[in-house]
Amino acid sequence: MASDTLAGTARNDAEISGLDALEIAGREKGPSRLRRLWSATWPKFAALALAIAIWQAVVLSGWKEPWALPGPAVVFADLGHYLVSSALWEGLATTARRAAVGFAAAVAVGLLLGLGVARVKVLRAALGSMITALQTMPSIAWFPLAILLFQLSEQAIFFVVVLGAAPSVANGVIHGVDYVPPLLVRAGRNLGARGLNLYRYVIAPAALPAIVAGLKQGWAFAWRSLMAGELLVVIATRTSIGAQLTYARELSEAPRLMAIMIVILVVGLLVDTAFGAADKAIRRRWGVLDQAGN
Amino acid sequence: MTSTTTTPRSATGSVALRGVTKVYGQGEQAVLALDGLSLDVAPGEFVCLVGASGCGKSTLLNLVAGLDRLSGGTIEVGEGVNPGLMFQEPALFPWSTVEGNVEVPLKLRGLPRDQRRARVAELLRTVHLSDFGRKRPHQLSGGMRQRVALARTLALDTPVLLMDEPFGALDAMTRDILHDELERIWGERKLTVLFVTHNVREAARLADRIVLLSSRPGRIIYSTRVDVPRPRRIDSPEVSAIAAEVTDRLRKEVGRHGQ
Repeated sequence: MASDTLAGTARNDAEISGLDALEIAGREKGPSRLRRLWSATWPKFAALALAIAIWQAVVLSGWKEPWALPGPAVVFADLGHYLVSSALWEGLATTARRAAVGFAAAVAVGLLLGLGVARVKVLRAALGSMITALQTMPSIAWFPLAILLFQLSEQAIFFVVVLGAAPSVANGVIHGVDYVPPLLVRAGRNLGARGLNLYRYVIAPAALPAIVAGLKQGWAFAWRSLMAGELLVVIATRTSIGAQLTYARELSEAPRLMAIMIVILVVGLLVDTAFGAADKAIRRRWGVLDQAGN
Repeated sequence: MTSTTTTPRSATGSVALRGVTKVYGQGEQAVLALDGLSLDVAPGEFVCLVGASGCGKSTLLNLVAGLDRLSGGTIEVGEGVNPGLMFQEPALFPWSTVEGNVEVPLKLRGLPRDQRRARVAELLRTVHLSDFGRKRPHQLSGGMRQRVALARTLALDTPVLLMDEPFGALDAMTRDILHDELERIWGERKLTVLFVTHNVREAARLADRIVLLSSRPGRIIYSTRVDVPRPRRIDSPEVSAIAAEVTDRLRKEVGRHGQ
């Protein structure tokens, strides 16, 4: 047996690498990138084409007068003019600034609130269910109060955007911290992570996917609150996207009205896609993205 | 918490349990998990704790690691020794690469970057994973993940290794190889190992001494030295004979609960 030792070690090395190679072989195969992109994209285009076709069919049926419901051709022609107008870009700048400031404040409030509730028992008892209740409150219902408090002003819009988005962000944080696997916390503590280090090395990264999900949902609420706010709180000197939508209705400019709606839809979609990409990147790193998700 | 009393330098790597008692819950529903358990593990000794379900094996390791509170008794480990703990699951951080995982204890100790790199490379060589440093845990097999976990625990530079059924979830072939690996690393690094398992053969394959625990409450009922020369094979007659002996004792203990 003893003379076997040296040869045994070499054999063992070969066995180890052989077993490793066998076990991880064939794990990273998949369709090519281009093919994946195509198979993810074509159904979207098909659905869009179908939607436009239905829209055109409804217009052709004569259900509504053309001045109330214009066809796709008219609307897209107007969208073309609108895209090169300064009105759009100035409005977009105002709206984007409000969205960014409001969302950033909501994220700050949400993170602090979420962390507090997740860590402090008294805060959880006091605020835990209230945060969920706030989330179910339609943000537009806050506007009458906001207008009483702040009149027709930027602050009124800001107030509602923050109230609309912060609970979602906070819930994401609470959910994320609550569901950190206890085994990872124990492993982290054993490796020497205590106090703040435990948050830095274990809890924060473990909670990240849930936090990003909360941010994504928070953004959706912020964007909706902002649009509702811009429709209601029209400030004459600043022609935001929402204000322009209101003007288009008042002037019965149906093609412009629908062109603005398309812009709002696209902006919301773009930001949502960015959050979706971040979410997906995290899940891919973690290895929790299933094959279908590709 | 673990009470670490000042002991001479020579005691580094030793573990001394004195009347260790652990009670879960309170009043009527209190469960006595460990009842006055005393055990001395010498520096460099490989001790396997064997017992049926409910004998408090995992509880014991958590107590020695300082992750749980003692109800009574004392646990002494060498001065400044922070025992490393490995679980049945690798418990790797999925957001980090293999290198990143092994680096965590080094970062927490405040080692500078270039020293960390060298240490990580050395540790990955030790567990034969040098080519996999940039992979993420989910890209590895179960046995490889457990080796990463071993490297990460070794990065603590601790003389005491606590292992809670670390190979329980692996197939026989992989487990065999990891036994060889653990035996080699234990010998090279002169580690003290407290290894929990319900697999008697595994215990006979690895241990200097096998300690059998009773169930509910956990007490030491039998202890035997394994004087089979190393390196051992799990299917050798000597190892099998010891395993048979311990299995008999274990069966008697389990049978006691059926009466």
